[in-house]
This record gives sequence, C-alpha cells and structure tokens, in this order.
Amino acid sequence: MAMITADPTDVPVVVDFQFTPEYLALAREQIAQYPAGRQASAVIACLDLAQRQHDGWLPRAAMDYVAGLLDMAPIRVYEVATFYTMFQLKPRGKHLLQVCTTTPCWLRGSDAVMKACREATGVAPGQVSADGLFTTVEVECMGACVNAPMIQINDTYFEDLDEASTKRLIAALKRGETPKPGPQVDRHTSAPEGGPTTLTTIPGGAAPLAKS
Amino acid sequence: MPKMKIDGKEIEVPAGITVLQACELAGVEIPRFCYHERLSIAGNCRMCLVEQEKAPKPIASCAMPVMEGMMIKTDTEVVRKARHGVMEFLLINHPLDCPICDQGGECDLQDQAMGYGRGGSRFDENKRAVPDKDLGPLVKTSMNRCIQCTRCIRFATEVAGVEELGATGRGEQMEITTYVRKTLSSELSGNIVDLCPVGALTSKPYEFNARPWELRKTESIDTMDALGSNIRIDTRGSEVMRVLPRINEDINEEWISDKTRHAIDGLKRQRLDRPYVRRDGKLRPASWDEAFSAIRERVAAVRGERIAAVVGDQCDAEAMVALKDLLNGLGSSRVECRQDGAALDASVRGAYLFNAGVAGIDTADVILLVGSNPRIEAPVLNARIRRRYLTGRARIAVIGADEGDLTYPVARLGTGAAALAELAAGQGTFAGVLKGAKNPMIVVGQGALRRPDGAAVLAKARALAEACGAVRADWNGFCVLHTVAGRVGGLDLGLTTTGGIDGILADASSGKLDVVYLLAADEIDTSRLGKAFVIYQGHHGDAGAHRADVVLPGAAYTEKPGTYVNTEGRVQLANRATHPPGEAKEDWTILRALSGVLGKALPFDDLDQVRERLVRANPVFAAVDVQSPGAWGAFGVDGALTDKPFASPVGNFYMTCPVSRASATMAACTAARQAVPSMAAE
Repeated sequence: MAMITADPTDVPVVVDFQFTPEYLALAREQIAQYPAGRQASAVIACLDLAQRQHDGWLPRAAMDYVAGLLDMAPIRVYEVATFYTMFQLKPRGKHLLQVCTTTPCWLRGSDAVMKACREATGVAPGQVSADGLFTTVEVECMGACVNAPMIQINDTYFEDLDEASTKRLIAALKRGETPKPGPQVDRHTSAPEGGPTTLTTIPGGAAPLAKS
Repeated sequence: MPKMKIDGKEIEVPAGITVLQACELAGVEIPRFCYHERLSIAGNCRMCLVEQEKAPKPIASCAMPVMEGMMIKTDTEVVRKARHGVMEFLLINHPLDCPICDQGGECDLQDQAMGYGRGGSRFDENKRAVPDKDLGPLVKTSMNRCIQCTRCIRFATEVAGVEELGATGRGEQMEITTYVRKTLSSELSGNIVDLCPVGALTSKPYEFNARPWELRKTESIDTMDALGSNIRIDTRGSEVMRVLPRINEDINEEWISDKTRHAIDGLKRQRLDRPYVRRDGKLRPASWDEAFSAIRERVAAVRGERIAAVVGDQCDAEAMVALKDLLNGLGSSRVECRQDGAALDASVRGAYLFNAGVAGIDTADVILLVGSNPRIEAPVLNARIRRRYLTGRARIAVIGADEGDLTYPVARLGTGAAALAELAAGQGTFAGVLKGAKNPMIVVGQGALRRPDGAAVLAKARALAEACGAVRADWNGFCVLHTVAGRVGGLDLGLTTTGGIDGILADASSGKLDVVYLLAADEIDTSRLGKAFVIYQGHHGDAGAHRADVVLPGAAYTEKPGTYVNTEGRVQLANRATHPPGEAKEDWTILRALSGVLGKALPFDDLDQVRERLVRANPVFAAVDVQSPGAWGAFGVDGALTDKPFASPVGNFYMTCPVSRASATMAACTAARQAVPSMAAE
C-alpha cells in the first residue's frame, strides 16, 4: 500500500491556479448556500469545481486558491483534500476508471473487471495509460450493488459488467465514442434481466402489459 | 451543581464540567492522551473510557458533560477491558524504540501502558511507517511514534494562533503534518514538545542529551522577556540542560516562549569566566585583586559627579541595589536603568506597571495596543490576548506600525502619536468604543516610549486612560508592557536620572564623566562612551565588555538567586540552578567586595541582608508573588508629538539579550525565520 498520501512530490508543479469566470460563478453559487461567515462549508464543493476545471486533479496551487477564496488556512483545505479519495492529487487520464471491489461487486466478478481494465489500458492501477486516456483506481462501494459489478467512469456509472463488456467499453472510449451508461446487459436500470418477471398482468383481468 | 456518584462516592460538582474533570475532583485518575485542560476537547484517543450506569457501552469521559444523578464507574471489568483494548490499538503502530527515545522516562504512553495496558500485543503484521517532518530547528519529529492525539494541531491552531499543522489523509494514512514542509512560524512552538504525550515531537537542541532522572530540577524565573514566566531549570552537573515551564495561572499558565526554552545554549558561549584588565589597548586576563586595584587606582580620586552607572536588562534587584548603594557611597546618584532611553517615570508606580495584571487580560473587553507588538515582545502574553479574542468578548485595536500578524485580527487606528492624541481628545469612532467599555485596557509598549517625544506620548496615554474610565478603584487598565526583565525592578529602586541614558552618553563623550560602570549593560551605543574609564560587570562578552577597561565576570540568571519584578509589578524570586563558570561570582557579592576595596564597604554580607536592604529601599520587595496595581498620579510631560510611527524595539524576537545573541539555537531560528517570510495568515 502506498504509504504517503500527503504532499506528493512527483507531480508537475502548477504555479498558478484561478477559477475561470464560469467556474467562479458556480463556486459563488455554492458559497451562497451557507450563512455569511460560514463560507468554509463550501470547501468540498469548491475543491470539486477546481478539480473539474483542472483536468480532474488538484494541484497544490488549486488548494491554496480555494483556501484564499474561502478565507481558510491552507492546511485546513489540505486536510479535506487528502481525506476524500474522490480528490485526485496527481494527474490522471482523461477517463478515470473507478472500479468497485467491495464485497458484492467482488462476488459478482470485479476481479475480472480489474483484469480487463489492466489489460485494455496497458497500465497498473494508479498509473496513466500511454495515450493519456485512462487511469484505473479501486474504490469502495458506490451503492450500485444490485447491478454489480460496476465501474464509474468520471461521473457515469456502467453496470452489470464482465471482462468482455468492460473491454468493449474501454475500446469505445478509445475510439472517442460515448458508450451507453447504466447496465451493459439486457436490463432496464435495476429491473430483472430480460424484462419484468412479476406484475406482468394487471390484477383484475385487464390486458397484459407489453414487454418493454 | 449536579450531584453524581463516582465509584459509589457521592460528589457535587460544578455544572458544565466533563465527567473526566469530575473524576479528578473526586480524586480518581483517568488515563488520557488527547485531552488537555487548556485545549479544546477532541475525544479521539478513547483512553478515558469509563462506565456509566444505564449507558449501553463505555463513554469517553473527556467529552461527556456531567448530568444530575450520573453514576460513573471507573474501576470495573468493562473499564479495564476497554483500556486494555485502546492501549493495544494505540501500541499497534507504535515502535518499540523506547531505549533510544528522548521521551523515555517522561512518556505518557510508556507510563499508561504500564498502568493500564495488558502487557502484550496480538498484532503480528507490519507496523506502518510515516515519514518524519521538518518543523524547524526546535522541534524534532519521529512520526512513527505519533498516536494522533492532535494536541499539537490544537495548540498551534488555538493557542499559538498559527494554523499550520494539520492531519492529512485518513485511516492508516493519517499523518500530522504542515503538508508543505515548512518551519512553524510561531514563537511558542516549543510547547508542542511538552504537549506531545509520546516521543513523536521532541526537542531538537536537547536531542539525546540527557534522561529526565539524571537532572536536578530548580524552580526559577525567566528573564528573556518582562513577563517573568515561571520556569524549571534542569541541570546535570554544572550544565543547564533544558528549561521547562512551571504552571502559574496568573502569568504564563503552562507555556513559555521559544527563546525562554532554547536560548540556554547561549549560557555556554562567550562567557566571561575571569576578570580582565585593559593594558596597552588590549583586554588581558587578570586576577580579581588586579582587577579591583586597577579600578581603585582610577576611581578613588574621581569626584562623585564624574561617575555614572548603567544597569542592564537582565539584572536582578540585589545587584541593582548594591550598585546604587556603591555609587551613592562614591558620591554619585547617577544610576540609570532605562538603557533604551524609554521615557518611563519612576516616581509613580502606576506609570510603569502593567497595572491590570497579566490575568487582567481575561476580563478586558477593549484592548488598545499603543506602540507594542506583544507577539514578539511577550509571546505568552500575546497568547492570552488571543484567547481573549477567541471568546469573542474583546475588541482589539492597534496604534503603531504594521509589523505583521498578531495572531488575532485588530483594528488599525493609525501608526503614530497623532492617532493617540485624537483618541485622547475623544475623536473617532473607537474613542466611543473605549468609553463604552466596561474594562478598557490600554497597553503602552516601549515602541511608544523610547523616542524623543516619549514623555509626551506617556502623558497622552495617561490622559486617554483617565478620559475613557480605564483608571478606577476596581480596575486599572493602564498597562505598560516592558520588553526586558530587569526594568521594573530598576524603576522600583528609582534608578533613573535626569537626562537619561542619552545624558550619560553625551557627558561621557564630551569628557564630563570619568568613570562609567556598566552592570551587564550591552544595549547602549558604546562608541559614545568617549574616554571614560569603563568597568563592565556581566556574564557575556558582548558589546559592553568589548569597550570595557576592566571586566568583572558576573553570573547569568540561572546561576544566582535573584529578585525580579515582572511587567505587572509582581516580585518573584529566581533560584540558583548552577554555579557561575570559572572565577565568575554572583553580582551583588562582586559589588560588595569592590565596595570594600574602595573603602566604602556596603552594609550587607549575605543574601538575607541584601534583601532586607531591598525592602528598605522599596517596600514592594517584601510582597513576593503578589500583584497589585501601582499607585496612580500625574506623570508624563505634555509636549509636542512627532509623526514617526511607533515601532517595536524588538526587531528579531530570537536575539534580544547577550544570552540569546550567543545562542546557536537562536541563530538557527533566526535563519529559519528569514528563509520563510512570515505568512500573513489572516
């Protein structure tokens, strides 16, 4: 296990960071949700915006900028940014493959998904693929256990995966396509595979529901 | 006053305290790591678990407020098992390096593992490894030993007012760090070493120097600033190994500044350990007899009015009264203690004391700092002002140059005397704030007084204090903050002269003075002493000794029993922790011996007699450890004010006296501070 999360030294030096006007407007919107003087409560939202603006990762300059924006001591922002695994403190690929490996996904074959990610991207978890497109990370439960195993790519869930469908997904991303989010099998959200198996008729003898 | 039962014993406790405090009142010891009575409650070490009747599981006593009818048990199987478990978890990642750990012998973890642990570990995985941090020249880190009590973070954030330490990461990755590899920019950083319950933070200058059981402990008084912090000097043989704070709620609570703690290596450098006499332009070693006869040759024939003396910043009252009496015997009354030329008035005691007392800060609701930067002049006092600010019940304003963050926000009313005059005349919004205050406090610093118009500034400050109701029968908010330990003692002995230090230097350079006696006085411009015969009595080869014609080796503050009066007028007795080096002697005994040689023998032969003499000179010396406001009267001289901004006389906090200037540790701190420009944190 990598021992040190604090203050990575092997990252590119970013000297200056500032919100673009669009992101600054979004940040002000977040800050406005809290009473005056409690602007520090918006730190997570502001860090998230900074991460989105800055290719999906947070350089120290961005944390310092957020500290200044929210009138906090920089160390208080570093504490938050290092606490949450959703904040990336190192550059990552364009698509962040967040593979759930918690028990339900693991039971349903997350090892195969991990293997597919490793093979399709060509690099080990935590590293950026040669084409700069992918970084794989293992994450804890993301609450989609009913569709296990699953993977979150940037903000989108892809569910009901196996090795082949994961590879297909990554290949589509490589081609620059936008794959269909959600279950990758014949299934509507969390409904049974192949269509409903219960409540297919309306009690009382009305006409049967059409299969979706 | 809720009533509760602790281990079956009924006890009535003040409302609002915690179960842990109630247990202490009941005389039951509760083990703890993260809880500290002067810091906020964290509740994260879980060592203080106790059993509460009807509670489903053990409770953290440090964070649980007392309630009526509570039944607490601290001596049950549940509690013992909880303590065993917590202790086992704390030790999981703690290295077994006690034999090479500086905390050994005074380690809370070691002691409590013995007292409350289960004596073995069932953990056979690898321990985690945490990189050490660089917190500057004073604090050494060994982060593998850290148990993450967060006391250091809370101290830095709450007391020291520098939000630079934090806990990054989570779970097993959690680390105490500044994250950005920087020196702590606090003048109180040494205190986190005392707070650390394990050996994660230890003292860098004291690294691998001694074990606590080898040290002889002497309770004494600090002389690095005018606060008179209570300290404990630990010595081994003749060497001062370290200085630790002693608790005195009215002065330093349990903190001391980094200079107090770490300037002591200066006591071993540049010491004057034998007399010197200047022959053929060079100082040459001499015996006491030779030195004394050299003085007799030059002084015996000189008329009294051609002799003057200057008292240094760290002098004890015994030496000062002996010097005063010696000069009087020689026919001179020209003894000056205001080396910096501050326009302090010795005739009215209230004019030069921190009248409200240091503890008075806790009740002040408006604090006006006039020409004072307490952060570098008295860091521990500054921490008290910060605490007052944190309660939200004090407004703080400053008149003086902006010298950086004071660790609390202030209203800046102006930089110089003009702003003070306006306030005294009742103009401006802040004048109304002062007038409306219940306990207004006006802190006058030396930066406002050590200027040509100092007496006029003093008069204006007095006028302001009287105008805003700061001087009443039950409250005197007129507070002079001194920067040096010996000043109030000198003023209590009336060691002031018309013309002040400037007059003495002017007369010396123009040949109106033949003999100048410097009692450890190093802060004067020695190039202006002209052709005068200079006798320097002191402990360090600093500015004064370099100019001297005869050097008499004296004792530093750790080497003599001495009386010091702090800025609030509290008389305190320092004790001897070790002996002066070589042939050096206690200062009053040197003066006593010299008086005999000069045929004007002083009428005291032992310390008790000197102290009796002190009390005759000023009865305040009889009231040891007592603080009360000084008598009030008219002081200061109305006059023209200049525009120059008030600037603190302390430029570099780490080097203000011969001891700290000789200290390698203080030099390292100075360099570290200059490398990192002070952060304007707020």
